[in-house]
Amino acid sequence: MSFFSIRNLQISQIAPFDLEVAAGECISITGDSGCGKSLFLRALADLDPNPGEIFLNGQPSSSYPPWEWRRQVGLLPSESSWWLAKVSDHFPGEGPGFYQQLAAIGLTANILNAHTHRLSSGERQRLSLLRLLRNKPSVLLLDEPSANLDENNSRLVERILKRYQQANGSALIWVTHDRAQARRVADRHLLFSQHKVSKVKEI
Amino acid sequence: MNIVTLSPTDLTFAAILILLLGIVSLKLRLGQTKQLFIASLRCTVQLLIMGFILKLLFAAASPGAVVVMALVMLLSAGQAVTSRMHRPLTGKWTYFFGVAAMFLSSFTVTLYALFIIIDISPWYTPQYAIPLLGMLLGNTMTGVALSMDTLTTTVYQSKNMIEGRLILGEKWRDAAQEQIRGAIRTGLTPIINSMATTGIVSLPGMMTGQILAGSPPMVAVSYQILIMLLIAAGTGFGVILAVQITAGHLFDQRHRLRLDRLSGDTV
Repeated sequence: MSFFSIRNLQISQIAPFDLEVAAGECISITGDSGCGKSLFLRALADLDPNPGEIFLNGQPSSSYPPWEWRRQVGLLPSESSWWLAKVSDHFPGEGPGFYQQLAAIGLTANILNAHTHRLSSGERQRLSLLRLLRNKPSVLLLDEPSANLDENNSRLVERILKRYQQANGSALIWVTHDRAQARRVADRHLLFSQHKVSKVKEI
Repeated sequence: MNIVTLSPTDLTFAAILILLLGIVSLKLRLGQTKQLFIASLRCTVQLLIMGFILKLLFAAASPGAVVVMALVMLLSAGQAVTSRMHRPLTGKWTYFFGVAAMFLSSFTVTLYALFIIIDISPWYTPQYAIPLLGMLLGNTMTGVALSMDTLTTTVYQSKNMIEGRLILGEKWRDAAQEQIRGAIRTGLTPIINSMATTGIVSLPGMMTGQILAGSPPMVAVSYQILIMLLIAAGTGFGVILAVQITAGHLFDQRHRLRLDRLSGDTV
């Protein structure tokens, strides 16, 4: 029984495909814009109807309540949304222990008092990652998690994700445009193109 | 006091005012002159037909005729709700949901008033049943149309936010709570505002009509109070129902936001 498996998934123009992901594995996804990488992640989070099937620990997504599935299979979208006034409102019940997590990602505790509409895109991106990790997802679907970050903060995000992966045995599916990043973080590489998904050895 | 009856000439003088407004709106290029004339014409013709039908209805006083009349009014209200939507639901769902919400609220409140409050016998006495339903339906329709339009528009605009909440594991009702509450509030605002100014700023049409027809002011006032309260209740329940059903339709069993169930391509 595999940890996370995908059967017959249909994304835009791409021929239906299967994928098996082991616990603790990281798969990178690269490919041209508009060929379906984000749609792929959305389908895995069960946000769009899809004739294909997705299994976690051998159980099909349909056997989970949808909100439970999305807690287990956590999507980090490229654009995060913030619907409450202050950053701290989005992190209820977090005490001083949380400051370490903020520091690990290059942020200070002051940011908790900031208004969400004042955040920079890089701050939003890093905070949305911390917010997602609070759900303790078993599978992380990452849509360019460091797209708005400089080299230094990018590395911090990579480190926090790899540490989370190792501590929890989670699987990561990581969309990136940065080939060097894909080589650094992933065990296997998938290349999305107009009509197919191909497994690539070297990237 | 005798009622002054209005002759066609009297009404023509009123129409002159509309003509003047039309000329001004043409000068200002409001692009609404045609709608103004069509609406005025529709209003006149529809009321004339309604007067004619009411005359027949009052003469017949049969429950069947009253029910048929009520259904015609309801279905027309459903049509009006659908036509006011910027982003109607695909298929006939806007119409169905609008009609269902208005039926459940307006008809229930009207029957409640006829049987329990006014206690008129027989209950279908058209002089009471039809105007009462008409006023309830008219106001409920405005609220329902406004709230359904607000809901579909704001949900469409808030796609990222709602999905952002869904992916963190919220149920659809929580993820869309801002939009649901906002739509209900928008639907209820007109009636709340109008209740707040009635008697100070505005003298409602029904009361004015009753007084013009010779009723003592206190009788007219008590009927107006009754009507306002019924309208507020009917509109409130109608709006809540319409928004809940419509919101439910915008999500599926798997709590996915289904914007493909909305049509209309204006941004």
